[in-house]
Amino acid sequence: MTSLPEKTDKTLGLVIDLDICVGCHACVTACKGWNTENYGAPLADEDAYGAEPVGSFLNRIHSYEIQPEQGLAQLVHFPKSCLHCADAPCVTVCPTGASYKRVEDGIVLVNESDCIGCGLCAWACPYGAREMDPVEKVMKKCTLCVDRIYNENLPEEDRVPACVRTCPTGARAFGDLSDPDSAVSKSVAERGGMDLMPEQGTRPVNKYLPPRERDIDVLAPLLEPVAEEPRGFLGWLDKALEKLG
Amino acid sequence: MAHAQPSLNLSPKVSDEIRRTTCYMCACRCGINVHMKNGEVAYIEGNRDHPVNKGVLCGKGAAGIMQHTAPSRLRAPLRRTGPRGSGQFEEISWEEALETAVSWLKPLRDKDPEKFAFFTGRDQSQSFTGYWAQAFGTPNFAAHGGFCSVNMAAGGIYSMGGAFWEFGEPDWDRTKLFLIFGVAEDHSSNPIKIGIGKLKARGARIIGINPIRTGYNAVADDWYGITPGTDGLFILSLVHCLLKSGKVDLDYLARFTNAACLVNLDPKSDDYGMILRDEDGRELVWDRGEDRPRCYDKPGVIPDLAATWRHAGVTHKPVFHLIAERYLSEDYAPETVAETVGIPADRIRGLAAELAHVAFEQAIELDRPWTDLRGDRHEKMIGRPVSIHAMRGISAHANGFQTARALHLLQCLLGAVETPGSFRFKPPYPKPAAAHPRPHATARPGQPLAGPHLGYPMGPDDLCLKDDGSPQRIDKAYTWENPMSAHGLMHMVISNATAGDPYRIDTLMLYMANMAWNSSMNTRATMEMLTAKDDNGDYKIPRIIYSDAYSSEMVAYADLVLPDTTYLERHDCISLLDRPISDAERAADAIRWPVVEPDRDVRGFQSVLCDLGARLGLPGFVNEDGTAKFKDYAEYITTHERRPGVGPLSGWRGNGDGQGRGAPNPDQIDRYIENGGFWTAEIPHDAEYYKPWNTAYQDWSVEIGLTDKPTPYLFELYSEPLRRFQRAAEGRGPVQPPEHLREQVKSCFDPLPIWYRVDTDSDEFTINALTQRPMAMYHSWGTQNAWLRQIHGANPLYVPTKIWEANGFEDGDWARVTSAHGEITVPVAHMAALNDNTVWTWNAIGKRKGAWALDKDAPEATKGFLLNHLIGELLPPKGDGMRWSNSDPITGQAAWFDLKVKIEKVRAPAEAQPAFDPIASPVAPAPANVRRSTNETG
Amino acid sequence: MHPAVSIIVFTVFSGLGFGLLAFLGLGFHRPSGWVAFVFFALAFGLAGAGLIASTFHLGHPERALKAFTQWRSSWLSREAWAAVVAMGLMGLFALPLIFSGSYIAPLGWLGALASVATIAATSMIYTQLKTVPRWHHWTTPALFLAHGLAGGALLAGQVAGASIFLCALLLLQLFAWHVGDAAYAGSGSTLGTATGLGARGAVRAFEPPHTGPNYLTKEMVHVVGRKHSRTLRAIGLGLAVVLPLLILLALPFSHALAGLAVLSHIAGSLCLRWLFFAEAEHVVGLYYGRTA
Ligand SMILES: Nc1nc2c(c(=O)[nH]1)N[C@H]1C(S)=C(S)[C@@H](COP(=O)(O)OP(=O)(O)OC[C@H]3O[C@@H](n4cnc5c(=O)[nH]c(N)nc54)[C@H](O)[C@@H]3O)O[C@H]1N2
Ligand SMILES: Nc1nc2c(c(=O)[nH]1)N[C@H]1C(S)=C(S)[C@@H](COP(=O)(O)OP(=O)(O)OC[C@H]3O[C@@H](n4cnc5c(=O)[nH]c(N)nc54)[C@H](O)[C@@H]3O)O[C@H]1N2
Ligand code: SF4
Ligand code: SF4
Ligand code: SF4
Ligand code: SF4
Ligand code: SF4
Ligand SMILES: [Mo]
Repeated sequence: MTSLPEKTDKTLGLVIDLDICVGCHACVTACKGWNTENYGAPLADEDAYGAEPVGSFLNRIHSYEIQPEQGLAQLVHFPKSCLHCADAPCVTVCPTGASYKRVEDGIVLVNESDCIGCGLCAWACPYGAREMDPVEKVMKKCTLCVDRIYNENLPEEDRVPACVRTCPTGARAFGDLSDPDSAVSKSVAERGGMDLMPEQGTRPVNKYLPPRERDIDVLAPLLEPVAEEPRGFLGWLDKALEKLG
Repeated sequence: MAHAQPSLNLSPKVSDEIRRTTCYMCACRCGINVHMKNGEVAYIEGNRDHPVNKGVLCGKGAAGIMQHTAPSRLRAPLRRTGPRGSGQFEEISWEEALETAVSWLKPLRDKDPEKFAFFTGRDQSQSFTGYWAQAFGTPNFAAHGGFCSVNMAAGGIYSMGGAFWEFGEPDWDRTKLFLIFGVAEDHSSNPIKIGIGKLKARGARIIGINPIRTGYNAVADDWYGITPGTDGLFILSLVHCLLKSGKVDLDYLARFTNAACLVNLDPKSDDYGMILRDEDGRELVWDRGEDRPRCYDKPGVIPDLAATWRHAGVTHKPVFHLIAERYLSEDYAPETVAETVGIPADRIRGLAAELAHVAFEQAIELDRPWTDLRGDRHEKMIGRPVSIHAMRGISAHANGFQTARALHLLQCLLGAVETPGSFRFKPPYPKPAAAHPRPHATARPGQPLAGPHLGYPMGPDDLCLKDDGSPQRIDKAYTWENPMSAHGLMHMVISNATAGDPYRIDTLMLYMANMAWNSSMNTRATMEMLTAKDDNGDYKIPRIIYSDAYSSEMVAYADLVLPDTTYLERHDCISLLDRPISDAERAADAIRWPVVEPDRDVRGFQSVLCDLGARLGLPGFVNEDGTAKFKDYAEYITTHERRPGVGPLSGWRGNGDGQGRGAPNPDQIDRYIENGGFWTAEIPHDAEYYKPWNTAYQDWSVEIGLTDKPTPYLFELYSEPLRRFQRAAEGRGPVQPPEHLREQVKSCFDPLPIWYRVDTDSDEFTINALTQRPMAMYHSWGTQNAWLRQIHGANPLYVPTKIWEANGFEDGDWARVTSAHGEITVPVAHMAALNDNTVWTWNAIGKRKGAWALDKDAPEATKGFLLNHLIGELLPPKGDGMRWSNSDPITGQAAWFDLKVKIEKVRAPAEAQPAFDPIASPVAPAPANVRRSTNETG
Repeated sequence: MHPAVSIIVFTVFSGLGFGLLAFLGLGFHRPSGWVAFVFFALAFGLAGAGLIASTFHLGHPERALKAFTQWRSSWLSREAWAAVVAMGLMGLFALPLIFSGSYIAPLGWLGALASVATIAATSMIYTQLKTVPRWHHWTTPALFLAHGLAGGALLAGQVAGASIFLCALLLLQLFAWHVGDAAYAGSGSTLGTATGLGARGAVRAFEPPHTGPNYLTKEMVHVVGRKHSRTLRAIGLGLAVVLPLLILLALPFSHALAGLAVLSHIAGSLCLRWLFFAEAEHVVGLYYGRTA
């Protein structure tokens, strides 16, 4: 139903650590692999081996360069999937009710059998988190792996999103952001987790941990010479070895 | 109205069955859980119990299902029908294919084994393919290491009995400062990523030394955008700073390296520059305890780093003197090197200070008593929590061997090898050069080779030269041009064979190497050589047999193609005899097994070799009665013994409880499958550090069959093998280098690490041009993967701000890039986080039209490009009439990264240049759309 | 935004159709019998054609009826309802008029109201999108209404009305462009806010996630060249407003000329509507390196 729930029991989402992401795309293909086989229609690839392949992906890795006022340029790998916004415009614009936000956990989903493929929800999303499947012609988006996180056919430890389970560096964390004691809430508090495009008023659930300060001098005490030339050095060496006994 | 939402099945069935095997989307060899649904592969995820990846997968591994279903998969053996390179083939039966191969190879073996050359690329079964080639009796076998990273391997093994690459790893749980030199992805793809995650979680510091700031270097806390090819100088400058301030681990150096060994310094002596040895030929040090020279490992010896010893008119100084004398020189002062390495002096000093601070002020102590090689018991394990990793950024330069040695010297000065928090080896390493075999290359008709092809020469006597001094091997490995070419020189095979230099061959068999494209320098010329004909109109390389699983560029250049299976369809063995998957705390090996049967007429190449071996009657492949010894590779894996009780797999030997040693066990593979496809043996707690000198480790390695007796040794900061070659070049000894190489050997084979310039001093080509591995692509073979090719379907040339602005480039522009060797025209893109004088692109994205079952207008073929066209296997003439090869003079390592170019803006052509005409595809056209799912046939 | 033909045709023609219906409902001139039939047929034809065209860009037109369910929250749903109500009312209004010539004024007024509401609802589908700053402004509904009513008046032969609304359209369009051209930059969304990295320095898109295009770049990252857009704007306004105005005010009335005015207006409107989409910048473009 396209009106948003007053409040949700839980607020499940991802916390993505921009300090750690090395841009390996593991989360991209793991996501594609799980979701093409599970929730809804397969994630198609149009012209898969051709001149202009266009596939639907629920998660993509951008990369950005930062040129600070002074100092060396930096590069940040930037994963992006649905942020499961609290005020999700993609839901309210949907004419059919296919787009909805779950009361239980706040996950934003598309009920594909109700989707007419009008694309309006994708227009309403500031983050580019929705893609029309090129073959099935229904709207595709991150499901937060709703069919993994509660799945009794999976071992307890595997009841996390496919992208989180696969991320080699641990740059992706999954949890309840409404629970202040959850690991994700804590890291958001400690590291100053950010919203993307706060001015859009979507109140994203997913948070991004900023890269830690780069290129700072640790100010190790500068090295004092023990001798200026080899002979002096050997003198020092003898004394040093004496000390070693 | 109330909020209504559909009810979902939150517990859909995941799969019918999970089959656990080993990934082969790259050589990292992670454990995978293959989920099977309706008899099909439904989903691939990481195996949490696996020692390599602990559950995670990289971008390639998680896309494995698209490799397994790629339309480019070969379907049956192929016989060439059109001219070479046309791609025209007919499918034939295996019987026909194998008999053809036998009819080519048998006469060669009987008359002239060296006329058969067998080279393997991304081979993970070298101990098997090498064994096969040895039984055949040809001297011409090697894998791809020679153009890959032999500098790294040899530099490490000659210095420390182990290297970076896959031979060792940082102590991820304890290290506080991690330096990563010249790495984009490396073979340990997931372990490094997992490790970086651990460091970040602990707040440990990561410093990237790399001209390009992507990937690991992008998440590094600090970045040194060094000028390519100058790391050796940069590192030795750090050494200078540490020595000068006395910030070195004297105790470690004295006890565990040859820093205390006494060197003969009498220029007149025949042993000038050699280490003083006792009558049993063991190194002597000055013992502070008894004030006399003694063998370094005698109980109670306290090796002295300072004492010189004058004896019988000959002065002997400890190696450490020579080190101090050389590196304290102002030639290595930060101020002197700053401009060359492109890093300000104060930044170099800063890094030296940081290294010293972490190594000595933040040292760690573990309460783990241990006993060293001299029988001295240590109550604690002292740790220097500085770790270093390096790869092709160091090794793929013509000075890479000595640069790797310099890096190891730096580690040893800090006491940061095999100590807590530093860098540690993975079993079967540590294993010094001396403990490796020597190379064997003497071919005898109808006879096997006397020993393994590849090994570590200890001096000129071990070179592979015929009596007339000409090379025994087609690739000229182990000759004076590159005496320590421990991995062979696969990149020279095609050009040498075409030129008939050193001799002509008849049949070239290649496996898993795309030599007609991305794995060759000088790609266009390589294609020409593969099709070159002599005056009688016969191909200069008369016959080419190739095993590939997919429709690669190389397939088109073979006369006979033996189609392999995909990695989910065959048995494989990741063996401790080979490139194992151990880590610093456990030995490990693993298998692959057919989790699905091939739906095509293809066979695992190793099984095919077993069959060929039997048909050729190769010793080791036939029983007494001449019948085949192994019905397939699986049988070889379980029954073959290298040494009594030691075989390809170490787990569940004998009656099933044998670890490392034990009789062959027919159920071994089943045990592996039950265990998730792998086996591990934990290194005892007190043996986890100081391994080369730790009696507990030495005993353990004997126990599990890595060695047959304890072999402790000293790290060789001063390398005698190098000195032996240098000494010969000085005119001493019977085996002498040819005159034109004498000076090169004299200067490059310095027993202490040196740095020398590698840039061709041209004022026309002044910009460094590099490639990097994309994390989501594996060389050429990722392109056939419908998911991965969307991530890297084309590759721009990345240009630093300075050059970008100087040329007035704008987004969408193209440039002509020229080297002394060739010219390409390609799209450019701007990058700021890049060394000022370096351009780069992703490796192996460009593809040949018609290959990989892609549309001929695929972006890989129209916008994608290879830098290889600009790189020659020979250097431009130096005016001395010689053609010097573009490789390291010590190991022959291909110097991919010494490339220098010029760049100019041009109007965008129709497609990237050079463009080649399409090759006919040996496989059926690919489907338009893909909808990967087992739930419906999409 | 990608200017999809189906949506351009839909918005322009349904706009015209409902515009005409509005005028017929208001009854400034009261055709009956055959004349009425022709007028209503034209109006329903245009509106209907538009609505049908709108289903062409749906992935699943067979499920179109589901679009009526969300009128509480969705402007698209409301538009669907408004369209049906408007056509229903005007149908009831038209039948007696055509067959018995009897004129039920209140029905007409209600129908006219619903027709105008339909145009407004259509425009709100775009206006509501905060993600497209150029559209997220009162000028969007104003423009759509001006278009619909001007076109409607033209078709209904309401010279005075047409002239007024055409002038309104002219001014509104110029003003919309004036504010629109600054809207993206003024929206407060930048690559800095999009990535949260703005405070650290100048942020630049380095590598796109995939080297090829994707649904987002095809659908939402459409760029029109400055010069190109200038000419199209001139042509659009010239045909949609200036030429018809000249014909109406400067030339003696003739059916041929009136027809020409109508055709010119329609052609111009199609051009302006193409620009309305093609020039609209979606903030997602920021992630793909599109700078404001
Ligand atoms: N410019 C530039 N060039 C480089 C490098 C560089 O850094 N820069 N790097 C060099 C290095 S280090 C290397 S190792 C080489 C790597 O280059 P290659 O060794 O050529 O590696 P690939 O291109 O991955 O593919 C080898 C072949 O193996 C085939 N193959 C894949 N799976 C299987 C299988 O299961 N069985 C069989 N039989 N075949 C299979 C593939 O189809 C492909 O044709 O590239 C070298 N080339
Ligand atoms: N995803 C993926 N993983 C792979 C492979 C793959 O194709 N794809 N290939 C595998 C193979 S065969 C190999 S050999 C390994 C190679 O593993 P890497 O060594 O990581 O391979 P390269 O991509 O060649 O990386 C070379 C790095 O050195 C840097 N560099 C170049 N010159 C210099 C220099 O002079 N100094 C310094 N400090 N840095 C320099 C380059 O910028 C680049 O970052 O990767 C293996 N792993
Ligand atoms: S898997 Fe992790 S590290 Fe790799 S791209 Fe995704 S988030 Fe980044
Ligand atoms: S990110 Fe986009 S798709 Fe996801 S909830 Fe927010 S607005 Fe909707
Ligand atoms: S595309 Fe589907 S989900 Fe999106 S708004 Fe239209 S109907 Fe709703
Ligand atoms: S949560 Fe699931 S659906 Fe969402 S990005 Fe991760 S893997 Fe994809
Ligand atoms: S690193 Fe990736 S591709 Fe390589 S083996 Fe592991 S999962 Fe497979
Ligand atoms: Mo390699």
